[in-house]
Amino acid sequence: MRAPDLIRFARDAATGNPLRTLLLVLAMAIGVAAVVVLTALGDGARRYVINEFSSLGTNLVIVLPGRSQTGGFNPGNAITSTPRDLTIDDAQALLRASAVHRVVPLAVGTSEISYGGKLREVMVAGTNTHFLEVRRLSLAQGRFLPDGDWRRGASETVIGAKIRDELFGVEPALGQLIRVGDRRFRVVGVMASTGQGLGLNTDELVIIPVSLAQAMFNSNTLFRIMIEASSREAIEAAKTQVTEIIKLRHEGEEDVTVITQDAVLATFDKLLGTLTLAVAGIAAISLAVAGILVMNVMLVSVTQRTSEIGLLKALGATGATIRAAFLTEAAMLSLAGAVLGYLLGQGAAALIRQLYPTFPAYPPDWAVVAGLGTALVTGILFGVLPARQAARLDPVQSLAKR
Amino acid sequence: MGTALIELSGIERIFYLGDSEVHALRHLELRIDAGDYVAVMGPSGSGKSTLLNLLGLLDHPNAGSYRLEGRDVTTLSPVEQAHVRSERIGFVFQSFHLVPRLTAAENIALPMTLAGIDPARRAKRVDQALKDYGLANRASHRPDQLSGGQRQRVAIARATIMQPAMILADEPTGNLDRATGEEVMRLLEELNARGVTLIVVTHDTALGARARRQLLMEDGELRHDTSNA
Ligand SMILES: Nc1ncnc2c1ncn2[C@@H]1O[C@H](COP(=O)(O)OP(=O)(O)O)[C@@H](O)[C@H]1O
Ligand SMILES: [Mg+2]
Repeated sequence: MRAPDLIRFARDAATGNPLRTLLLVLAMAIGVAAVVVLTALGDGARRYVINEFSSLGTNLVIVLPGRSQTGGFNPGNAITSTPRDLTIDDAQALLRASAVHRVVPLAVGTSEISYGGKLREVMVAGTNTHFLEVRRLSLAQGRFLPDGDWRRGASETVIGAKIRDELFGVEPALGQLIRVGDRRFRVVGVMASTGQGLGLNTDELVIIPVSLAQAMFNSNTLFRIMIEASSREAIEAAKTQVTEIIKLRHEGEEDVTVITQDAVLATFDKLLGTLTLAVAGIAAISLAVAGILVMNVMLVSVTQRTSEIGLLKALGATGATIRAAFLTEAAMLSLAGAVLGYLLGQGAAALIRQLYPTFPAYPPDWAVVAGLGTALVTGILFGVLPARQAARLDPVQSLAKR
Repeated sequence: MGTALIELSGIERIFYLGDSEVHALRHLELRIDAGDYVAVMGPSGSGKSTLLNLLGLLDHPNAGSYRLEGRDVTTLSPVEQAHVRSERIGFVFQSFHLVPRLTAAENIALPMTLAGIDPARRAKRVDQALKDYGLANRASHRPDQLSGGQRQRVAIARATIMQPAMILADEPTGNLDRATGEEVMRLLEELNARGVTLIVVTHDTALGARARRQLLMEDGELRHDTSNA
């Protein structure tokens, strides 16, 4: 039988029993759609996290006080013990390292702010002028903290967009004096709104010079030192140099944890990649179920079409031709199901992206290929048994069947 | 005597049903010449259909040899037997056996489609057959839109489309009224007149009498073999 005839014959056989065909195509479609949607979610989560991390800034090396036992990124360990303060002097010393481009000390605490009788509790970040660029943030109004001696610093503050709205409403904020803790600060800038994300939300943040923050919190230690390496290639060198310098300054004791953004990213990348793979595997099980359904329905079809198979044999069809006819039908149904499922899955993923614009719910290419491939292979594989059964039928007895 | 189309010798066909044996054909010796018109008659269960299935290579004897056009066909492989069915044998059944989802034209074309003949040649021959059998305006009708007589005409057109050496018809008029049955027999006889060997199973003695040669089966044996002059 010629291929186009085989395809037409299989198509007619499939459309001759619409309910059976619909059932099979739907079963296959659900399996493939599940693979597409679930991997879109999994991979979307991975991309989302990576994007968020990248938006924190590039070529980042972060120094945390306290030694993490595992040496890897473990925020739980990182804050438990603080044997020696991580000071502004430590931070400044890091500027000597050749692989280091910029250094941003960060002290964090909470404090009360007030303006015009309005009072509220806020997060206060003490830092320096490079904070803005290193964290890839931008201003909505005014300017950022000026460059200068990290140990002094003027009583100037940059406030988050939400703080600005709450304290000042429609009035201009720039140039106004607000009270933070027991000190008065002049508002010199307003941060652009960042919205909710994995990164630091600056909307409700009040930024002041690091020395003033430490005085306010009555503490010498820094929460973090953020370092921008001079290039991507210099990240490892920066990490080594930074560790060396701090160790020297801390009487030879390595009591800080130095992490690179790459390491954190790689961990998340691997974690979420594995998750996506697992989810794809679970979805693939529904494809196997669909395959078994294909087999059963095709077996029923062979029984229903017994007399037709007998006729085909009487008309000179070989066993191979009959096998090919049934296999083609199984493959066509699987293919139709796979394509429908792919479209459904892509549609659902697009809907998710529409509903959550920040979430990149795109199925990875490998998952689409694997989903379509698995559907076809299972369809054909589970079609083999019914096809062979059909080819083996005895023509005389088949013809006698009604 | 003309050239032998069919030579059966020592044919036995036994069905085993649990412990019992049914001897459907017993030591059958038969020779049918090319171009002959043979009616196979006899009571129900006498082995007529079994004989026809055997001649059509749909069934295999338990013993004996079957030579078709001088070639021993019982020892052929299943694929070779399928090719013989495709090229040398046309079947006409009592219950028509048309594929319900295919049109009349597609049903007629089916043997050629299965044989892998190209669509252009197929279309040409099917068009001719539709005209020959008065089905030209029924080409795109499905079997359920056709009368019994039209269905059997489609079946005959299908049986002849590969230009076989012989037509095997098992009670071709069994499901038709007398007049329509007459018409179907006339079509088959016209084919025979053009040289196709015609073997018809019937238990209608009047129809059987029209054949040049009558075989009377009884209990799996050939009881009478009479030839009209
Ligand atoms: N597949 C089979 N299994 C068992 N017995 C069968 C089978 N086919 C035919 N027979 C038996 O063989 C005998 C001849 O049957 P058949 O050739 O169909 O007779 P006819 O066509 O003359 O009515 C009958 O007794 C029938 O019951
Ligand atoms: Mg019979």
